[in-house]
Amino acid sequence: MAIELEVNGKRFTVNYPPDTPLLHVLRDELGLTGTKYGCGEGMCGACTVLIGGAARRSCQIPARAAVSRPITTIEALEKNGKLHPVQQAFLDAGAFQCAYCTSGMIMSCVSLLQTNARPSTEQIAQSLQGNICRCGTHPRIVEAVQQAAARMQEAAK
Amino acid sequence: MNKPARIEPFLLEPERYEFRALPMHQFALARRDFFKVLGAGIAVFAIAKDVSAQETAPGPRGFHSEELPKEIGAWLHVGEDGTVTGFVGKAEIGQNVRTTLAQTIADELGVPFDSVHMVLGDTALTPWDAGTFGSRTTPTITPQLRRVAAAARDLLRKKAAKEWNVPADKLIAGDGKISDPASGRALRYSELAHEDVIDHNSPPASDPIKPAAQWTVAGIPIPKVDARAFVTGSHLYSTDLRPEGLLHGKVLRPASFGASLIAYDDSEAKGQPDVALVHDGNFVGAVAPTVAAAEKALSAIHVQWKEVPQISDQEIFSYLKKNAQPSNEERFRQTKGSVGDGMASAARKLDATYNVAYIAHAPLEPRAAVAQWAGNKLTVWMGTQRPFAVRDDLADTFHVPEANVRVIVPDTGSAYGGKHTSDAGLEAARLARAAGGRPVKLVWTREEEFTWAYFRPAGVIEVKSGIAADGKLTAWEFHNYHSGMSAIETPYVVANQLTQYHQVPLVLRSGSYRGLAATANHFARETHMDTLAHVASMDPLEFRLHNLADQRMRAVLEAGAKAFGWPRQKGAEGQGFGVAAGCEKGSYVATFAEISVDRKAGVVQVKKLVEAFECGAIVNPDGLRNQVVGAMIQGMGGALFEAIQFQNGKITNARFSSYRVPRFRDLPQIEAILVNRTDIPSAGAGETPIMAIAPAIGNAFFDATKVRLTNLPLHPERYLA
Repeated sequence: MAIELEVNGKRFTVNYPPDTPLLHVLRDELGLTGTKYGCGEGMCGACTVLIGGAARRSCQIPARAAVSRPITTIEALEKNGKLHPVQQAFLDAGAFQCAYCTSGMIMSCVSLLQTNARPSTEQIAQSLQGNICRCGTHPRIVEAVQQAAARMQEAAK
Repeated sequence: MNKPARIEPFLLEPERYEFRALPMHQFALARRDFFKVLGAGIAVFAIAKDVSAQETAPGPRGFHSEELPKEIGAWLHVGEDGTVTGFVGKAEIGQNVRTTLAQTIADELGVPFDSVHMVLGDTALTPWDAGTFGSRTTPTITPQLRRVAAAARDLLRKKAAKEWNVPADKLIAGDGKISDPASGRALRYSELAHEDVIDHNSPPASDPIKPAAQWTVAGIPIPKVDARAFVTGSHLYSTDLRPEGLLHGKVLRPASFGASLIAYDDSEAKGQPDVALVHDGNFVGAVAPTVAAAEKALSAIHVQWKEVPQISDQEIFSYLKKNAQPSNEERFRQTKGSVGDGMASAARKLDATYNVAYIAHAPLEPRAAVAQWAGNKLTVWMGTQRPFAVRDDLADTFHVPEANVRVIVPDTGSAYGGKHTSDAGLEAARLARAAGGRPVKLVWTREEEFTWAYFRPAGVIEVKSGIAADGKLTAWEFHNYHSGMSAIETPYVVANQLTQYHQVPLVLRSGSYRGLAATANHFARETHMDTLAHVASMDPLEFRLHNLADQRMRAVLEAGAKAFGWPRQKGAEGQGFGVAAGCEKGSYVATFAEISVDRKAGVVQVKKLVEAFECGAIVNPDGLRNQVVGAMIQGMGGALFEAIQFQNGKITNARFSSYRVPRFRDLPQIEAILVNRTDIPSAGAGETPIMAIAPAIGNAFFDATKVRLTNLPLHPERYLA
């Protein structure tokens, strides 16, 4: 069945069973492999993308449910060679080890900072509770979110 | 229930359980090919040489002596274009060796860090390597790279000396050039490097390697190589590869461990367009253009499995104890003095038993491989810690020469000791046999990952001990059933000791895990030491120091105590403090924990962890801190709540929704103190920082509640009556 999706500002028509998780369409059909498979039950956050601006687990969203709303993946955050402030903060804080969780973490943080420009440590932890980092890089991720928040606020002034 | 079946007919080996004999192999990239690939320059071929006899003395299995390649391999290329390439068969799995190894070459050769490129984990390009495990990369590969870099540097210096007709020892190598301070002349390495080959069959013992005190590029916090590719999502893990013509594979898993296929009917599955079915013994799989199509095909196959009765997590500890193999093998036992005499002279005695559950590695990138056949040649891209062992397994399984198989390891989404086996690669290669030369990707689901990989083994540890009236240990008897021998020997001073490892046939498929059995053995030992301190009415830290001669272990205990503020006065109700320490694989750790217990609410929280860690000279303090803090957090999982549950040959919590791992809200305040000993050769650091977390937390719980927890995971909230 033909499904029309808007991903990273471009429109795509893909032929997939409509119940196929969005994650598979993004990765296998559109080649957007920055979004990762981690668990397939929405429990690890590695597959997080923005749908209509909000963080969603793409392994839990059937492709048909994602039509008519803009989808943003990690690949679209960098603009004209300039990293998104959250990406830059992760880079500066060295907030990764194997980095397999990093895309999902960054997408979750982008979403968080859209709704809460200056989250507390507790709010960051609460917001990222659904994102697993098996390497145990959590303190640096929290630090990166705080750095990004500060810079985005500074830039908005 | 019937007698439990043995899933696999072999015993758990004391340390590297899943290993078989390690073959030695000819390095594939011949000299004549080398310059074709890389262009002209200086190539350094060498045998890997053990750094110190102490580190490579044969262990219980003579294991370490087999670890380094004994054949000539190409380790370094200094190009005419100014680029430097290092070749190492290790895998980058998040531990940051791509960065530290490049730092090492840059430091020794005297070139800018950015000019060094590392080729890792590729059986066609890198020297043979046993695998990335045991915290061995830093202590073995770092000195090896320094030797080859020093050899290249010396050749460049000699060439410049010849050019200028001056003595080589008057010339200085550094910043990518050879300089003559007397005349002010300089020649860049790129101007000196032509098609030169350094062939070190036996590198001179006196290779002039820079001591850590003189490091400039090593020893500093250089950020992770390729970090930008990870924050933009552009790095391609094995799971992300999409070579031209890619097909997707799925495997139909047996109903339970050890089940055998007794009926197979694929009549309904046949005839689906573009789908190939594979039925080979117990192996059933499908290859299709999409994962969904492969899954659909498998769901249409009707199979019947003959299952065998198996034991469950409920009875595992009694099973392990009852099924220990009688063994008189010396390698499993160490004795010193007479435990009987030590017990006879003890003022107080203490016996206790500790149980340790199976846990899973749960690397976030599941096992995965892409396999492609071209005639009888096979290429496999796979996230593995042991590319050469995978190559050998593939060659054996498909009856092709090893030279026909190439295994390439893209930088991998973590492993923690869990990616030693060849499974995903073998399965992908088997499926690819049905793909007519097209590449096939197989990505294990999370449930497959939790079920069909292998586990850190469960274990039972029994300790018998005696102390004198002055608090000195007089006797120490330590029995580990099944979990392993790593760090089984006590670092404390005891005149009378018996330490014994008891093999037990496998129940669940078991293997390496970050730190191996060192976590289990430290949990038992350091919990026991804490109880003994209590029995002796001594402060737990003081009791340890009172029985400890090892200066490096004393130093981390003292450094950690200072940062933690030990001994601390209890403030709030339910507060508790604990300490644990140990050493393994040439590095030392001391962990201090603060815990808060709310009996009414039934909540136990780890409030703070302070860990002092020393691994000799630090190669990259930023990467090391990431590894140490990461191990501390990962260690909290096994300490507090991680446990594999199993019944009737099935894992009953094979999902992240039922297998709890540490998450952001579990985070205590964390402090890591890195003790830098530039006078001691660098040891690995991936494992030891995890060992003392569980006993430190358990001991803090005892301090808060006077309840002694002797099982891992601790599940302290369950003991709040």
